[in-house]
Amino acid sequence: MSTKQINYFEASARTRLEALVDPDSFAEICPPHLRYTSPHLTRLNAPVAFDDGVIVGRASLAGHRVLVASQEGKFNGGAVGEVHGAKLRGLMERALIDRPVAVLLLVDSGGVRLHEANAGLIAISELMRAVLRTQVAGIPVFALIGGSCGAFGGMGIVSRLCAEVIISEQGRLGLSGPEVIETVKGVEEFDSRDRAMVWRITGGKVRRALGEATHLVDDDVHAFRSMTAQLLDAYAAEQLKSAGLAELTERQQLLAVRAKKYAETRDGRIIFQESGFKELEDVALMPIDDFNRQLGEAV
Amino acid sequence: MNILFNRLFGAEQHNIAIDGDFLGGYATVDGIEVAIIGTRNKAAINASISLKVAEAILTVISEDAETSRLPRPIIFLVDTQGQELSRHEELLGLNGYFAHVAQCCELARIHGHRMISVIHGEAVSGGFLAFGLMADRVCALPEAQVRVMDLRAMAKVTKIPYEKLLVLAEESPVFAPGAENYWRMGAIHDLWSETDDWKCCLIAALAQTENEDCRARLGLERSGRELAAQIAALVAAA
Repeated sequence: MSTKQINYFEASARTRLEALVDPDSFAEICPPHLRYTSPHLTRLNAPVAFDDGVIVGRASLAGHRVLVASQEGKFNGGAVGEVHGAKLRGLMERALIDRPVAVLLLVDSGGVRLHEANAGLIAISELMRAVLRTQVAGIPVFALIGGSCGAFGGMGIVSRLCAEVIISEQGRLGLSGPEVIETVKGVEEFDSRDRAMVWRITGGKVRRALGEATHLVDDDVHAFRSMTAQLLDAYAAEQLKSAGLAELTERQQLLAVRAKKYAETRDGRIIFQESGFKELEDVALMPIDDFNRQLGEAV
Repeated sequence: MNILFNRLFGAEQHNIAIDGDFLGGYATVDGIEVAIIGTRNKAAINASISLKVAEAILTVISEDAETSRLPRPIIFLVDTQGQELSRHEELLGLNGYFAHVAQCCELARIHGHRMISVIHGEAVSGGFLAFGLMADRVCALPEAQVRVMDLRAMAKVTKIPYEKLLVLAEESPVFAPGAENYWRMGAIHDLWSETDDWKCCLIAALAQTENEDCRARLGLERSGRELAAQIAALVAAA
């Protein structure tokens, strides 16, 4: 297959998905020609999409059976409405029947779709429970984050429920987006136009350094594919064991230590320093492999 | 807070400590001990409160796992204006703290702890996702205010005129604030009225908890969410 680089950030949801999985292996469920659109957008005279902004289906990746969903950030910021959310939740239920090696969520979303905010919020809550249930059944869910909308709002929470979070340097992961914080709390709190600051708070490298993402990869669909393939091999060999009391107690400690250690911190610069990176400028320019190596990973 | 505690559990049937915006303790409902985990003052949920909630859940799980008694139910007393909006909380990874709370809730469910949320103030957006919506059953007191965003802010963001939203909100529960809308959509199971005996309501709610997530089915039955159940079933059956 072609190894030509495909920019993950710029690619559409469909391009990403099709380049990520094995060629011609993707079989879509509820494809656009069935036209499951959002009646709520129609009622507000807002544009609709025939897939409601998310593509779901079955595929194989490096020969492993997977279920996969890809959110379209260019449609309403990838935001979750009733139909969009139901497709994602249905996919999790399908996973309990199909028992794929993993479910892949190509997240590109600002969270709840405001035009149908209540339906979106409830859908995300249902998706949270469904992701947890799927993983309790031994099927890992992976979040792949590298699109233009990142993973924010409820989708930021869903992403952190996933057994693996694969992010690119351009990927962003958080809860409240910089624009929301600036609007409510003022530009002094968070200047959303300060791109370097936004990157140091929500970007892939700081998320990886903090342990909020499990893997950092280049902004290339093939890099996402190769990391995903590696992880699928591992999960195919050894089934996911879901977190029990011991693991969550340990997690509690880790999060408490982090909150204390960074109690006064408002800039990712400190987190990079604590992770062993001396010069901030170096971190920003550092190739992904070098960054991972410095974090103590074998590349 | 004591007035609320007395109405929910009866006088002298509760021992709940107030620690800033966080509430923690125990109460007796229908002769059995329940754990109480709550927030007040429209708490903005941050990493610190998330850790307190998660720790309280883990404590109940581990205490009951060590004894032969039945897992105690957990009552969440919900009052949140949403997640705390700050650069510091974002940098810490507040979404990760919320995910941790959700995982603790799921573990409690697996261990057999029934979970009921009682909204006694506000339940808003991300704060509600982290604290409240993960319970088996969600109940709202009459003064409960439940929303993602108020209509004026929504009008500004979506550029749809406020007057138009007001009219459409009469026809559809899908975007406008209100506990009733969430009831119609299946995310709030019970609306308690001022004249109800909340002690009896709570006992009834505990008796009706379900392990499965039935919210989409409820939303369909109550004609508030017609598509969620159908589309999810379609994908699950494909």
